[in-house]
Amino acid sequence: MTDASIDTAPAAGGKGSLLGSDARTKKRNAAEKRFRLYGMAAIAIGLFFLLVLFVSIIRSGAPAFTRTVVDVEFTLTQAEFEAAESELFKTKAYSNLFIQKLKSQLDAAGVEAEFDESAIERLLGKVGSTLREFYRANPEQLGQPVDFELAASSRVDGYFKGRVSRDTLQDSRFLQVSDLDLVDRLEEAGVIRQAFNWPFITGADSGVDNPGGAGIGASVVGSFFMMLVVLALSLPIGVAASIYLEEFAPKNRWTDLIEVNISNLAAVPSIVFGILGLAVFIQFMHLPQSAPLVGGLVLTLMTLPTIIISTRASLRAVPPSIRDAALGVGASKMQAVFHHVLPLAMPGILTGTIIGLAQALGETAPLLLIGMVGFVARGYPDGFIAGFTEPNSAMPAQIYTWATRADAGFYEKAWGGIIILLAFLLTMNIIAIILRRRFERRW
Amino acid sequence: MPLFWLILAVLGVALAGFILGRSRALGHAGGDSRGLHSLPNYYGWNVALKIMVPAFGLLVVWLLLQPLYITSQISEMIPEASVADGGSLGLVLAEVRRAAEGLDAAVASGAMTEEFARDVRADFADVTQRLKDAGQIVTGTITQPILNAAQSYRIMTATGNMAMSVAVLVLALAGLAWGLRQTGVSFRARNVVETSVRALLIAAASVAILTTVGIVLSLVFNTVEFFRLYPASEFFFGTNWAPSFSGRGGASDLGVIPLLWGTFYISIVALLVAVPIGLFAAIYLSEYASSRVRSIAKPAIEVLAGIPTIVYGLFALLTVGPLLMEVFGKEGLGWMQSGTSVMTAGLVMGIMLIPFVSSLSDDIINAVPQAMRDGSYGLGATQSETIRQVVLPAALPGIVGAILLAASRAIGETMIVVLGAGAAARLELNPFEAMTTVTAKIVSQLTGDADFASPEALVAFALGMTLFVLTLGLNVFALFIVRKYREQYE
Repeated sequence: MTDASIDTAPAAGGKGSLLGSDARTKKRNAAEKRFRLYGMAAIAIGLFFLLVLFVSIIRSGAPAFTRTVVDVEFTLTQAEFEAAESELFKTKAYSNLFIQKLKSQLDAAGVEAEFDESAIERLLGKVGSTLREFYRANPEQLGQPVDFELAASSRVDGYFKGRVSRDTLQDSRFLQVSDLDLVDRLEEAGVIRQAFNWPFITGADSGVDNPGGAGIGASVVGSFFMMLVVLALSLPIGVAASIYLEEFAPKNRWTDLIEVNISNLAAVPSIVFGILGLAVFIQFMHLPQSAPLVGGLVLTLMTLPTIIISTRASLRAVPPSIRDAALGVGASKMQAVFHHVLPLAMPGILTGTIIGLAQALGETAPLLLIGMVGFVARGYPDGFIAGFTEPNSAMPAQIYTWATRADAGFYEKAWGGIIILLAFLLTMNIIAIILRRRFERRW
Repeated sequence: MPLFWLILAVLGVALAGFILGRSRALGHAGGDSRGLHSLPNYYGWNVALKIMVPAFGLLVVWLLLQPLYITSQISEMIPEASVADGGSLGLVLAEVRRAAEGLDAAVASGAMTEEFARDVRADFADVTQRLKDAGQIVTGTITQPILNAAQSYRIMTATGNMAMSVAVLVLALAGLAWGLRQTGVSFRARNVVETSVRALLIAAASVAILTTVGIVLSLVFNTVEFFRLYPASEFFFGTNWAPSFSGRGGASDLGVIPLLWGTFYISIVALLVAVPIGLFAAIYLSEYASSRVRSIAKPAIEVLAGIPTIVYGLFALLTVGPLLMEVFGKEGLGWMQSGTSVMTAGLVMGIMLIPFVSSLSDDIINAVPQAMRDGSYGLGATQSETIRQVVLPAALPGIVGAILLAASRAIGETMIVVLGAGAAARLELNPFEAMTTVTAKIVSQLTGDADFASPEALVAFALGMTLFVLTLGLNVFALFIVRKYREQYE
């Protein structure tokens, strides 16, 4: 930009003046400096906010990726199995067996600990029924040592992550201070440890009282099916619309109307698209509620303007000489566009589409209106078509549902979900940047 | 899913048509494509288009009209008496649909045979018992006429679907025959195909108009419905927002003023944060920064615009709210009752809007001709004086436009206010109080099991209409300002 500004800036410094700077010059120079500082401060504040945002996401979200597990090597003989099955309270028999084994394991490690059945239940949930289900399903494992990795309750997990401490803990039926001593003993014996939280990545949403078991996997699948719909609809429609507007449209009222509509739709709040989806797709057309298909349709309408605007820009960037050359060797206008202009504009179109998809992936509000809230994501769909029509959630809606739940254990999950969402967005944006760098031609 | 197979079948016919049309054209020309008017593929495309366009067109129209027709037939069957007790016809129809789905599921799970599900004279108690056995939810509102209506609903839907499949396939085959009959040496296939492709392009471009029409219609119809149940004057001028949660019958106050006040208050706080920071950042980036600083700082600030709003919402709820509570809450200054407040949502929304203001203003400042700056420097002005007295006035219309666009974003923003602003509708001045906005109330009135006939749910459409008109007005006004003053300096 500006030879002139570089030349004049030092001159305004006033050092070279023969008479020295008078009060007015000093004032003007001070104002100059101040103004510049305001600008720097503004940039710094913006970057500071960005930093704070990322630090708080990573700091609060990272714990979601670890969980606390108890490792117990457990052997159940056929005789013990039969004895337990013949008792009246079968799961109680199993938990008593488990407690014996745990005690002996602690003794072997040289750690002394006192605990009863209720303490184990507060720490690990219903161990007895877990064991019973396992052995009833796998009778061939009887008599052989099996390594059990049992998930600790979310409050014990919170103790490891610093969410729960002795000072703030009040004895309740969920956790007592004495249990924390037991947890410390178990840690000494190496029985309890932190492990990577696979169930969070692969699991589905859990009930409101079980933050530990909540996972984001099902809603990732929901988002995936939604993005398939968005891609399959918005790319062809967007490209077709842009080709028409950029290459064929005559200058008339209809074209003007379309143009005005596209620029207005780009600025309509996303929640209005949710209302549209609710009224048209669900109330009027009776499409299934909470289905990724409907979510995809709504997001398609929302991303179309973005895709059309970027596609038109990349079509415009193809120089007219390409079209002229094609027309000159006898191609029809349609052939010139589809055989020559479109392939050359494709990298730009794909970049714009990926950015539009990334926008759609992070959108929450319209999904809430069509019923894709988090708690419907209770499992994976049964098949490919069911993936479109069965009720499911999407990542941002799942995060919203967790954020509105009362149990603070869900907040950690929400932050963790955000890390996964941002990882997807980052990947998409990086792909877009690579596409642009590699294939974009400057004419 | 038969619909899926139907679509596949049509696509299959189209593929066959493409191959047949192509080979038939080549056959007519004796295998030498030079004898044809168009390239052989165009003959194939001609046949394929004649199969797909009418068949899929019919499919879409049929899918849209069939439910309407069936609904009108069913509503004639329902006696006045089942509707009279406080409900509406729409509720009864929903019940019919649910009962029909229950019958479907029961047949699928084998709890009853197809014949039994269709038998109109079947014993009412027996049917409901079997439905319950099949694990279907049978509400107490199912009565004999509703069950009969559900049965004929099922039969009509099944017949309709069957007729649709037949009609679509027949149309596809007719298209195949028509296309193949046309195919000949002198048939101008390319011209025909190009005309239809052009028509398809126009149709795609018109989706934008359809979307706008869909938005306006869905808002207008439901808003009119709402104003029939609730007086418009009380909606627009009421200063109290207190929907009754008991559903119909309870007295709800649905005045929009407190919601608008919350919306504007939060937007103003957000703009007070975003405009100074964004504007100064833009000035610094375009006038002072070296190209290296610019190449790092500009994309870094624009990252803020790419972050989904749910992230900002969570940031407001879990980071900014508690932080503000420490300073202004009970332990601090005592102005704040809870973490959610106008200030929380406004601050975070302000952060989100910084890149909007800064990158739009940046473009506009860069568009001011260099000659104007040089003229100012030549008169002895310092750089900041030039910016303040020459560049900014020249860029002012564009900057005002950018701020208006940011304001329209702020008004339409949903997730930040849903999570960060609270749920209580208040008309107060204290920015540390929880208030709520139009968008937040749209979400809360339409999520959950609201029935769409009650004013409590329909009010969301009136709110949506208000929001749509507001943001549209702001956008049009912004464009008007930018257009009107843009060319002045070029």
